[in-house]
Amino acid sequence: MADSRSLERRTPAERPLSPHLQIYKPMLTMMMSIVHRITGAGLYFGTLLVAWWLLAAASPTGYARFQWFASSWIGRLILFGYTWALIHHMLSGIRHLIWDTGRGFGPSEREWLAAANLIGSIAITVLLWFFVLLTMGVG
Amino acid sequence: MSGPAHIRTPLARVRGFGSAKSGTQHFWHQRLTAVANIPLTIAAVIILITLLGRNQAATAQILASPAVAIIMLLFIISIVTHMKIGMQVIIEDYVHDESGKLTLLMANTFFCWVVGAISVYALLKLSFGL
Repeated sequence: MADSRSLERRTPAERPLSPHLQIYKPMLTMMMSIVHRITGAGLYFGTLLVAWWLLAAASPTGYARFQWFASSWIGRLILFGYTWALIHHMLSGIRHLIWDTGRGFGPSEREWLAAANLIGSIAITVLLWFFVLLTMGVG
Repeated sequence: MSGPAHIRTPLARVRGFGSAKSGTQHFWHQRLTAVANIPLTIAAVIILITLLGRNQAATAQILASPAVAIIMLLFIISIVTHMKIGMQVIIEDYVHDESGKLTLLMANTFFCWVVGAISVYALLKLSFGL
């Protein structure tokens, strides 16, 4: 009985832990995985802007304040970042859905998928904002 | 089966109880809303672009039209569900302190419901003019 009690109190053995992020050479696919999570977290808080926009649109007095924010330089900077995060997270999510089917894991496939994700998100964001500035004016 | 309780492995303790039946629900809902988010986000971005530069009255009129209102409602419900599951995974990955984790999981649920409620309220107000 004394033996089994000492077994219970035994401290866990010091086993080697698996290496964590800092031990690996940064790779595109790894950075894209991290960015997927960061953009997701950014979009999470960005929904406050969506809620504000809808609430403002529903009130005759509040909309001017939202428009003032959205056309200020800081507002535009945040909305530009929000646009990129949205497009990037969506394209990255499509990549995840492709992986869910068991495809796209090959060495060359995963590299070009990651590159296409990044290039695509930047291109679409710039294109969308070209359109925004064309409509709204730069100033 | 038998033996002193303290030397039984975690596996031995649960063996025979059957599965929890709901283990893949979050995984599945995250994919379901991810797929729904693609067309809904594209539609929401198109709606937003058509509203650029319009005043409140014109914006409210377009957001109140049935197709636009229904798309925006679905968009809000789908993204809020998706982001709640996503943030829960982030919290469970990085917060190991039990009380801190429970607090943040609660805060996550509250945040998502509040953002969802504000948006849905605004869309219903636009549609029905309450």
